[in-house]
Amino acid sequence: MVACRAIGILSRFSAFRILRSRGYICRNFTGSSALLTRTHINYGVKGDVAVVRINSPNSKVNTLSKELHSEFTEVMNEIWASDQIRSAVLISSKPGCFIAGADINMLSACKTLQEVTQLSQEAQRILEKLEKSPKPVVAAINGSCLGGGLEVGVPAALDMMLTGRNIRADRAKKMGLVDQLVEPLGPGLKPPEERTMEYLEEVAITFAKGLADKKISPKRNKGLVEKLTAYAMTIPFVRQQVYKKVEEKVRKQTKGLYPAPLKIIDVVKTGIEQGSDAGYLSESQKFGELVMTKESKALMGLYHGQVLCKKNKFGAPQKDVKHLAILGAGLMGAGIAQVSVDKGLKTILKDATLTGLDRGQQQVFKGLNDKVKKKALTSFERDSIFSNLTGQLDYQGFEKADMVIEAVFEDLSLKHRVLKEVEAVIPDHCIFASNTSALPISEIAAVSKRPEKVIGMHYFSPVDKMQLLEIITTEKTSRDTSASAVAVGLKQGKVIIVVKDGPGFYTTRCLAPMMSEVIRILQEGVDPKKLDSLTTSFGFPVGAATLVDEVGVDVAKHVAEDLGKVFGERFGGGNPELLTQMVSKGFLGRKSGKGFYIYQEGVKRKDLNSDMDSILASLKLPPKSEVSSDEDIQFRLVTRFVNEAVMCLQEGILATPAEGDIGAVFGLGFPPCLGGPFRFVDLYGAQTIVDRLKKYEAAYGKQFTPCQ
Amino acid sequence: MTTILTCPFKKLPTTSKWALRFAVQTKTKKTLAKPNIRNVVVVDGVRTPFLLSGTSYKDLMPHDLARAALTGLLHRTSVPKEVVDYIIFGTVIQEVKTSNVAREAALGAGFSDKTPAHTVTMACISANQAMTTGVGLIASGQCDVIVAGGVELMSDIPIRHSRKMRKLMLDLNKAKSMGQRLSLISKFRLNFLAPELPAVAEFSTSETMGHSADRLAAAFAVSRLEQDEYALRSHSLAKKAQDEGLLSDVVPFRVPGKDTVTKDNGIRPSSLEQMAKLKPAFIKPYGTVTAANSSFLTDGASAMLIMAEEKALAMGYKPKAYLRDFMYVSQDPKDQLLLGPTYATPKVLEKAGLTMNDIDAFEFHEAFSGQILANFKAMDSDWFAENYMGRKTKVGLPPLEKFNNWGGSLSLGHPFGATGCRLVMAAANRLRKEGGQYGLVAACAAGGQGHAMIVEAYPK
Repeated sequence: MVACRAIGILSRFSAFRILRSRGYICRNFTGSSALLTRTHINYGVKGDVAVVRINSPNSKVNTLSKELHSEFTEVMNEIWASDQIRSAVLISSKPGCFIAGADINMLSACKTLQEVTQLSQEAQRILEKLEKSPKPVVAAINGSCLGGGLEVGVPAALDMMLTGRNIRADRAKKMGLVDQLVEPLGPGLKPPEERTMEYLEEVAITFAKGLADKKISPKRNKGLVEKLTAYAMTIPFVRQQVYKKVEEKVRKQTKGLYPAPLKIIDVVKTGIEQGSDAGYLSESQKFGELVMTKESKALMGLYHGQVLCKKNKFGAPQKDVKHLAILGAGLMGAGIAQVSVDKGLKTILKDATLTGLDRGQQQVFKGLNDKVKKKALTSFERDSIFSNLTGQLDYQGFEKADMVIEAVFEDLSLKHRVLKEVEAVIPDHCIFASNTSALPISEIAAVSKRPEKVIGMHYFSPVDKMQLLEIITTEKTSRDTSASAVAVGLKQGKVIIVVKDGPGFYTTRCLAPMMSEVIRILQEGVDPKKLDSLTTSFGFPVGAATLVDEVGVDVAKHVAEDLGKVFGERFGGGNPELLTQMVSKGFLGRKSGKGFYIYQEGVKRKDLNSDMDSILASLKLPPKSEVSSDEDIQFRLVTRFVNEAVMCLQEGILATPAEGDIGAVFGLGFPPCLGGPFRFVDLYGAQTIVDRLKKYEAAYGKQFTPCQ
Repeated sequence: MTTILTCPFKKLPTTSKWALRFAVQTKTKKTLAKPNIRNVVVVDGVRTPFLLSGTSYKDLMPHDLARAALTGLLHRTSVPKEVVDYIIFGTVIQEVKTSNVAREAALGAGFSDKTPAHTVTMACISANQAMTTGVGLIASGQCDVIVAGGVELMSDIPIRHSRKMRKLMLDLNKAKSMGQRLSLISKFRLNFLAPELPAVAEFSTSETMGHSADRLAAAFAVSRLEQDEYALRSHSLAKKAQDEGLLSDVVPFRVPGKDTVTKDNGIRPSSLEQMAKLKPAFIKPYGTVTAANSSFLTDGASAMLIMAEEKALAMGYKPKAYLRDFMYVSQDPKDQLLLGPTYATPKVLEKAGLTMNDIDAFEFHEAFSGQILANFKAMDSDWFAENYMGRKTKVGLPPLEKFNNWGGSLSLGHPFGATGCRLVMAAANRLRKEGGQYGLVAACAAGGQGHAMIVEAYPK
């Protein structure tokens, strides 16, 4: 471990996300002939330092694939064998990416546990050799270095392995993961990215030389705390306590739904207690087991889906959206503004009242300021980003807008009014997007002079946290309008699904029957806390009752009424009267401070709203004991969701099941370990689910009738 | 004033070898005087010796230093105090007690209390701003006689209480009852006492200037050795100029309670071996900017008498130089913080209708060796000119034999607010001494700004 020194580089937000594959020019190299035959790795020698360059062909990122692996082994063996070479530098030829992790395609291709175990063992062997390398090896990392890449680059730390979180370079330095930071350079005699890579290499070479000449000591200075921890970890009792604590914490966070973290703890335990060989063996076996689990398949499926939903299938729009206008400075409108201004979009936020506008602007500012507090932004960057926002009460400046997103109250006549008002002031090319969760876009577009420019952009609250954007196209929406909307969404950092118009589109439509079931379950006397724990233990990030509070009871009521009218009995179940009564008492959920729970500023603990008891009592239903076990309750919720999702695919609202999975997981919090409704059906078997539905159909009727 | 403008060389038969040789030797323009615009001249300029901060000036206040420069100027030029229309000084780190240091210094130096004064700030080009403000006032006919200068005292900087402590103290001031006072005092925490230091860092990027200079040097692949060599050149030339008595703008300053200071004390020619031993000062451990190849924190003040030409002549002065076209530029404060001279030089030359070859004396502000060399490389690069300056071809290198021949900020010192006047006087004095006609002054400044000005020698 000690010989692996790492030099990390601060990845700057804008400069290093742009991944341009620029051919690297190897100059001053007394290169080897193997340079031409290898596709993933090549190396050259500068003085007595070997520079090993990693470059997965035809890819934006380097991944740990079989080919890379074997070439890397080859190259390292040559380096270890050569007399001229005294040290080595590992560097990527791709600006912004060292190694992003294991090649998921490679893992998906593995059919058996043994195959994966073997792959993992091969990887371990080379990593172990790297660790014990007789010649110093410096990893020069520019940009992302995740998963296995981290193992190549830097000795792994426990916390990193567990949560897989991304660590900024300066923090990595503080954590002792890397030894030196190189800051990105500005323009010089070459493009900045290119020169930064060169500079990184130059610095890494001087380090490698220094290590080989023993001018630089590879020992890190350990702080007092680190020394104490190291000492404490030698006492078996303390170790047992640490394992216990970590395990407890992990169990609490994952609710036992994700097997990987616990296995990692096992492996680390084995490694420490029984020596590294046993640890390695156990690691490769456990890795093999993990790759073969349903959870792993589900998550890999999501990964592929997400990659798909990060592309613009409509191609580049004719005109880039530079000026954006948002109508309505409510939670949604301000949220959309927040994710737009920090991407450099000039944004107008318009509201009808000064108080509404103030609140919205304050929301945007607070979002940015929280980032300053977390040191993700400087106060100066915050101010300059905030200057992209103009708050106003009139339509001034709309003549320059390239896109208008309305986020006014969910009321068709109001939406019609603003659409007409806006169309009177915007230029011809300007797109009108409606952020509605349930109103059909074609009905909104009915009063438009230019329906081809009207589209639905359904954001999820809170906009800055929820990754999904559901884009709804009508029959008349033009392809360029769609391309523009997707381009804006991608710029805002969203994962995008494009669906056809229809009541509730995809996401709301799936959620509605489930919500109806939530109401029925509450009516049957299950208390909201119990319901929440049942849903979260199934894998939903937010409990069902809390979700209603978060979305807003009035919104839920609107949706339930609207969709109930269209879909009739299938969306029945719970009595919407519950929501109506809540709204009339002002229990609108978090935004009004009371819903199923009571919300107070600065108080984390949630107490049940005791005033709900009388409402629930007045609407009480007798529970049916044959379908009211905990598991049944969970499945009643999930199967209604899944059933409706499949219906959407059947009716062509959804184009692909992959988008359906992404929409459900990223927008509605469908359990990621299940991979989304469609993956869930695949993994658990369509028949099992149909059987379940039939059982509930027998108890409740049509709402559970399985679709074809 | 307009008659001497027309330059006859275009009409010369271009086939003649003699004419060609003549054209090479002569200037693109005979003078930079413009029709219907008043000529602005420098009568003379002086400065206190520039000292390392924390040495002989350490007990002074900024206006003391500025006053010394002003009295020095009065003595040198014998200008009657009452003819001065206006006084402008540049400064960067302000002493809060004398925020308009120009006024305090002028009153103390015995200027008429009827002469208004104001202070400007524009980082390292504050004195340049003071001069060009004066040029504008004269050219527009508002004033005839201006004193422009600058001052910086890095020996004493305003270290403040923390914001929390300041707030507590201000609230205490307003508290009416004992109860209110006690409740405020109960909010006091020990960490309130942590002081706030002014940093030589960009507010917008929080990056210190040295750090940025190191990155700039790396971006242009300027080596440590090149930087040390350039710094050594600056110190050697400054030493030579000092020994030969060329630094005639320096006026002795009798520091109250101390000895008289007669010369700059930061000039220390060393050897490359000695310099190579120093560790990087900003990017550790592999950076290239060290204490030896950076300008040091300096105390000093400068002042200059600027007049409309006809006024100077009427008063019987023999001016030293004309102040001609000038240019301010600004660019990205993060990655191009110190590239001001590269951007400003071609613009001011084009504005004046001159070329690089017309310039006889270059006086560039040396913030860091790495910064000067990075500017050289940028000026010598077609790629940089095309991609960042919107030019078809490179700016071109200033010839080193005409460049900062009497030392520069690296060796003479760099009192932020005062350096601009030193640059102009160095250019003017060099032109007189070396017999040149045009001088080019250029400087970079915090905030990613830059400045350049053409100085034209006054005909003898």
